[in-house]
Amino acid sequence: MSADHMERLRREGRIVIVGASLAGLRAAETLRAEGFAGDLTLIGDEPHEPYDRPPLSKSALLGMASPLRTELPRRREIDAKWRLGVAATGLDLAAKRVRLADGDEVEYDRLLIATGVRARPWFKEEEARLDGVCVLRTRQDAADLTRRLRAGPRRVFVVGAGFAGSEVASACREMGLQVSMAERAGAPLVGALGGVVGAVAADLATEHGVDLRTHVTVTALEGDPAGRVRAVHLSDESVVEADVVVVSLGSLRNTEWLAGSGLGAGPRGVACDAGCRAFDFRGIVTDDVFVAGDVARSPHALFGYQFLSLEHWGNAVAQAETAAHNMICDGADRRPHLWMPAFWSSMFGVNIKSVGVPPMGEQLMITQGSLAERRFVGVYGHQGRVVAAVTFDNARWLEFYQRQIERGAPFPVEFPTLDRRPEGRQPVPAGFPDPSLPTHGPMVTLSGYSPADQQLVFHPARH
Amino acid sequence: MRLVVDLNKCQGYAQCAFLAPDVFAMHGEESLLYDARPEEEQRERVARAVAACPVQAITADGLDRAGESQGASDVR
Repeated sequence: MSADHMERLRREGRIVIVGASLAGLRAAETLRAEGFAGDLTLIGDEPHEPYDRPPLSKSALLGMASPLRTELPRRREIDAKWRLGVAATGLDLAAKRVRLADGDEVEYDRLLIATGVRARPWFKEEEARLDGVCVLRTRQDAADLTRRLRAGPRRVFVVGAGFAGSEVASACREMGLQVSMAERAGAPLVGALGGVVGAVAADLATEHGVDLRTHVTVTALEGDPAGRVRAVHLSDESVVEADVVVVSLGSLRNTEWLAGSGLGAGPRGVACDAGCRAFDFRGIVTDDVFVAGDVARSPHALFGYQFLSLEHWGNAVAQAETAAHNMICDGADRRPHLWMPAFWSSMFGVNIKSVGVPPMGEQLMITQGSLAERRFVGVYGHQGRVVAAVTFDNARWLEFYQRQIERGAPFPVEFPTLDRRPEGRQPVPAGFPDPSLPTHGPMVTLSGYSPADQQLVFHPARH
Repeated sequence: MRLVVDLNKCQGYAQCAFLAPDVFAMHGEESLLYDARPEEEQRERVARAVAACPVQAITADGLDRAGESQGASDVR
């Protein structure tokens, strides 16, 4: 693209951002901060201005924040045209137009796709409609769940012991509610952190009074004649009475609106290059369509150029900033999205944080602290390199381990560490399940190992 | 006034929970809970918390409406 053309785009071009949540907002702010002076349109299917989601399963459930009041602070004015409460329903790449649910069409010179993910619903529609069956993704979901929990249900049943499910179970216990949690794998968080760390999460949950049931799946939700959920049927043939069921089975990527557009978009997200440019279905990179946030899938140089889908808050921010920058730059001025994967969670009073890509690790070393004390640093290794670290109430060390990952430090780790225990001197298998078996859906999904790597539809086990 | 804490950055120093205890609270030893939309009367305390965070993890807007000049917010 000529310098003149880019100058004109920056001065009077039209940029459309589809998705008005964290990534969409931060991209809009970055565009303005970097001097984009043209027309900016943000399209969002929810009728609310951008709000933050992590508090919805933590502060909001615990009464520290209102689920309806987590709007994101603004870094700057963005002078945008907002189209809220109307979903994008189609994309015409040739005509450079986004179609909206209300029949309107919006033309663009550059497009950013940041449509994110939605909660995976319970797979039997009729059961999903029972009163008391909830998911937790939007602020409305959180308001609904909070109201139900405040009403003092006799028992809450959480389906799926990933981070979101475990956070809900933790909040329930803190509110004094009886809660059961079912997990297909052998422990909570296994998909994201492996079986060794998962066992710690299992102990934490059980000690805090969660009725944890592992190696089981939910086969049916039973309703009463009034259409309220009353019991949960499990694959081990047990039945648990519950009046609130929280379905926490991971998420689905919002790419249906791109079907037939010619983009390389599908259930695994929208593939893009490290510069956030979307691929078309032929695998050729597009010039004017960019992707950021939960819906994006992009190669990461530090992790063997594998395409990573990172449903992480920090990724949404960093990728949005990079995408926005690259949308109004050419050639050598463009930057790769090289964000170090990182996330946090909090459950049963323990702060869990991670850097890198734990599911890539085959082995684990507890380099500081101890599993038994629930205060430790775990380091994950893959083919002789450190690829990830996790901390339980030990967050201050994480930055050090991030540097180790960045410089490809050898694994098993060679450096001495504070508070090293005998159990941490040798690596152990990290205990990730066979990836061909579907689980609750890890927070980081890796592609490229095998075609069976990711199951996209949840099927209950037939034991 | 809206605020968000980058909990990737947060290391649980708890300065915010000390300076604005009605807005920020430690939960366990190093987890932080916060009210993303605190009441107006908390503005000054929030501004102090934003400024005091050792890792600058708190982003807030609407802090300067009280007319006081402080460069505490992350608004760029």
